[in-house]
Amino acid sequence: MTIYQTIGGILILIGAVFLFLGGLGIYRMPDIYNRLQAGTKATTLGAMSLILGVGVVKMEDDWTWMVKMAIIVIFIAFSNPISSHALARAMYHRKKYPYIKDNKEGMDAYRKVMEKEEERKKKK
Amino acid sequence: MEYLLFTIGFLLLVLIGAALYAVYQKDLLYAVIATGVISLALTGLFLVLQAPDVALTEAAIGVALTTIIFIITIRNTVRFEDEKDKKMKH
Amino acid sequence: MVTIFYITIVLIALGMIFAIIRFIKGPTAGDRTVALDTMTTLMVALLVLLSAVFDRIIYVDVALIYGVLGFIGVIVVARYLEGAL
Repeated sequence: MTIYQTIGGILILIGAVFLFLGGLGIYRMPDIYNRLQAGTKATTLGAMSLILGVGVVKMEDDWTWMVKMAIIVIFIAFSNPISSHALARAMYHRKKYPYIKDNKEGMDAYRKVMEKEEERKKKK
Repeated sequence: MEYLLFTIGFLLLVLIGAALYAVYQKDLLYAVIATGVISLALTGLFLVLQAPDVALTEAAIGVALTTIIFIITIRNTVRFEDEKDKKMKH
Repeated sequence: MVTIFYITIVLIALGMIFAIIRFIKGPTAGDRTVALDTMTTLMVALLVLLSAVFDRIIYVDVALIYGVLGFIGVIVVARYLEGAL
């Protein structure tokens, strides 16, 4: 194995692990905001690392691979936050409240949120 | 080359499962989202079977245009097939 | 290199299986849309990997188009859920 294949292989494996963790997080997380966090940020990093790794592996023969990979990485960096932001905004406007754990700290936070909500209703 | 066979089988399973889900779902919005999954699996399948031009067309038409047209249709008509399904709306 | 490609394809397929389980279980429409968004990113990575397996540079264009246009469907569904379409 040449030095390009070693570095590229390590980058590809890191990307694959992060993509798997993104999928696992979308299954395990309790509410939609946590799922957005896991499903968008982790997969963005994983896809970037994997695509650059493929570019490094193929750069040994043909450097035009790296240019196309850079274009894909730039477009992923633009498009993923846009979709995640639109989805989080839609869920916020539909009054989906975040998941709150059932212990003392969680109940204190819940009470604070409900007091703020009542104040907002009174102002209207 | 056996991982290509693995990829083909996996994408076929995703394709058939999403299609069955879209057919039997009562909520039409969920069916439209399942249509997005169908087009996703179909793009990968066309690429594995070495037809990149068809995969290009499927990626352009199936992901963006079909979803937009179906969502506009749902907005102008109804979201649920039956009236009694409306109370499980969230 | 073949071993690395094998491991990567299996890991991406496992992540996609978890996203599909969330797609089937998900209680609201938002959860299903999040699953679709995640699967779009996973599929872009898988398309790039397959183009590296076949060693044809023209196959990368499919991944490029998919990465550019894949988020439009998610945005349209999100705007519909918001009620602003």
